[in-house]
Amino acid sequence: MGKDQSTNGGGLDRRQFLGLGAGAAAGMLLAACGGSSTPPGAGGQASDELFGTGAEYSGPNVSLAFWNGFTGGDGPFMRKLVDQFNSEHQNIKVSMNVLQWADFYAKVPTAVQSGNGPDIAIMHIDNLATNAARQVIIPLDPVAQLLELQEDDFYPQVWQAGIYKGNRYGIPLDTHPLLFYYNNKSLQQGGVDGPPTDQASFEADLKAMKGKGVQYPFWVPSDWPAHLIWWSLIHQFGGTPYSEDASQAQFNSDAGVQALTWMVDQAKQGYSPKNIALDAQAVAFRQQKNALTWDGIWMMNNWSQVKSLDWGAAPIPNIGGTQAVWASSHNFTITKQAANDKNKAQAAKVFIKWISDHSIDWAKSGQVPARKSVRESPEFQQLEVQSIAAKELDFVKFPPAVAGIGDLTQPTFQLAVNEAMLGKKDPKAALDTATKKANDLLAANRKKYGG
Amino acid sequence: MTTTDVGGRAAPPAAGPGAGVGPQGLAPTGRGVKGGSGLTPYLFLAPYLILFTVFVLAPAIFLIWISLHDWDFLLPGKPFVGLENYLDLFKSGTVSSGPFWSSMEATGKFVLYSVPLLVVIPMALAILLNQRFPGRNFFRAAYFAPYVLGVAVVGILWHFLLDPNVGLVNYYLDKLGIDANIPWTTETPWVWAALVGPTVWWTLGFNTVIYLAGLQDIPRELYEAAKVDGAGRWAQFRNVTLPGLRPVLIFVVTTTILASANVFGQPYLITNGRPGIETRSAIMHIGQVGLREFRMGEAAAGSLILTLALVLVSLVTFVAFRERKER
Repeated sequence: MGKDQSTNGGGLDRRQFLGLGAGAAAGMLLAACGGSSTPPGAGGQASDELFGTGAEYSGPNVSLAFWNGFTGGDGPFMRKLVDQFNSEHQNIKVSMNVLQWADFYAKVPTAVQSGNGPDIAIMHIDNLATNAARQVIIPLDPVAQLLELQEDDFYPQVWQAGIYKGNRYGIPLDTHPLLFYYNNKSLQQGGVDGPPTDQASFEADLKAMKGKGVQYPFWVPSDWPAHLIWWSLIHQFGGTPYSEDASQAQFNSDAGVQALTWMVDQAKQGYSPKNIALDAQAVAFRQQKNALTWDGIWMMNNWSQVKSLDWGAAPIPNIGGTQAVWASSHNFTITKQAANDKNKAQAAKVFIKWISDHSIDWAKSGQVPARKSVRESPEFQQLEVQSIAAKELDFVKFPPAVAGIGDLTQPTFQLAVNEAMLGKKDPKAALDTATKKANDLLAANRKKYGG
Repeated sequence: MTTTDVGGRAAPPAAGPGAGVGPQGLAPTGRGVKGGSGLTPYLFLAPYLILFTVFVLAPAIFLIWISLHDWDFLLPGKPFVGLENYLDLFKSGTVSSGPFWSSMEATGKFVLYSVPLLVVIPMALAILLNQRFPGRNFFRAAYFAPYVLGVAVVGILWHFLLDPNVGLVNYYLDKLGIDANIPWTTETPWVWAALVGPTVWWTLGFNTVIYLAGLQDIPRELYEAAKVDGAGRWAQFRNVTLPGLRPVLIFVVTTTILASANVFGQPYLITNGRPGIETRSAIMHIGQVGLREFRMGEAAAGSLILTLALVLVSLVTFVAFRERKER
């Protein structure tokens, strides 16, 4: 064996190197961290040559690692789909790995770099550009062509967001906006018929419920998803968090301050308790202490688990004057790890198509399918909550698709919303600090990603 | 030395209390290993040394290298920036300095609040558990039990127990007529109680066991001698127990400081670093900046500063305990 290698003219290839065991792997990790290995197939080399022809795979048996962050009620739905896919495809075996989203985005780049990561990964719209720039994922233009995906079958903003520097990196799977959930019993208790739709009716209904003994009708969180509520409201009040080309942050615009002030005021007026820690508003909704809550569509199956909870869903009410709501989207991506192996790349293509074709089953987990043809199917119309969320698609506000922008959320406006909600700073001061920091980080990102 | 000679009786041979049998006593073969080559000791060291080099030394040196760059391991360009990462951390008003020093402050506070409790309470417990009483083993096990739980279990458990609005602790306080609605996990200073309290509950068993072992090493004769000399309980504690525990105490204090300074799981899970980033510990911050925001140069510089600070603190503790020993 040693002789064979020496006749090769030197060195082990990547595959043999991987087989050398733990000690060598540790060494390779250091080497990989040092950036000395150049990834094959990265940076625009993906082509029909890699992805083959058509939408089928007939090669030898191949196994695919599929990673996502579906840790909630959505996980079992995806797992079921994967199992079904495996039983229908004798020569492809997909194994699914689920991580918390926050850990997911930290681990995937490292894992892919070391060759032990996913071949297919689900990513949010605002992480596509970052991971494309960091060469974690590869261009999928040929896949979109081979699978005959048409732009007009997708929500335009979602479809566009998958493009970074002229190449497509994501195949949209779904859209998930915030929804307005309400407890029917509490509405009845307050003598309110039907969920409110604008600021006047919203505040009148809060007052009515409070007057009839609902102690805290509207729990406004301080942590997740508080910043998504703020994101919806700043658009409603006529502002945008970032300038159009996402080069400048403008969180502290009048609209931004009005949005955050309205959130803080709910506790001041006694409609929300103070000091809501992470997840408490959701626990309270399950316990029927919280009458109205704004949370992700993915929470719907959480509410369904509570038998005694009589709840409904509606579009996020128009508080600021313009209808708007935060939303994001899950996208399929193929990592540069799969680009090392034609069979894997082609099998991944088949998997993406299959799940996309079955996105009605995925919708049941609490998602709005990205494809219009699925949304307009009679099967989808029967999904009550999802259909309500689909109405929101007319006014959803996605995070911008710029490299590095997803990393800004946590240290800037998410922090500012928390500080204001917990009374540490007033809304304006919190947003001023966040804006300055965001602009510094945006400048650093431009330098780093050359945008 | 602290005990007076007891009337010509056979006093314990090792006069220094707690010193036990020193290494000198065990090693009459100080002449070197017969027949071994000069390499032998290094070969014995090798297994550990290799692991140490690969997993500690090399990464540590690599860390210094990273800290001198604007580093993102996936990007082809990793510009060398010299000491800029460090300067930014020490300059006020930069993106990196504010949150970093806030996290260092949070870590310092956590150490300050938790270490005294984790040194004193386990010592008192160990002395109690060293008495003879029925059910002693049960209590020893009971106090140690939380320590076997993982930080994830402890963190999530206390996050919900201490929730200001839907938590069990406030619920029972309310039942007791204390209508405080204490913001355990969202407001200073309560957050510190929410972090230190569960930490003490969780880890005191470990220090207790170490103290217990230390207590059992103190020769019984010393107590008898002290009693003969008319020492009361307090005098016995001061003159026999405490000096006897000194080596153990140094160990406990040093490891507890280091463990507390490396706190991550509790603020991550119980308070989520809230309010704002006031309870975000240094390790949490370094992880956030390096692995979530991918500013690894800055994170590396921060962790080197943390390391140096901890080395300094350890040295101070060590010296402080040594000073008292002289005489």
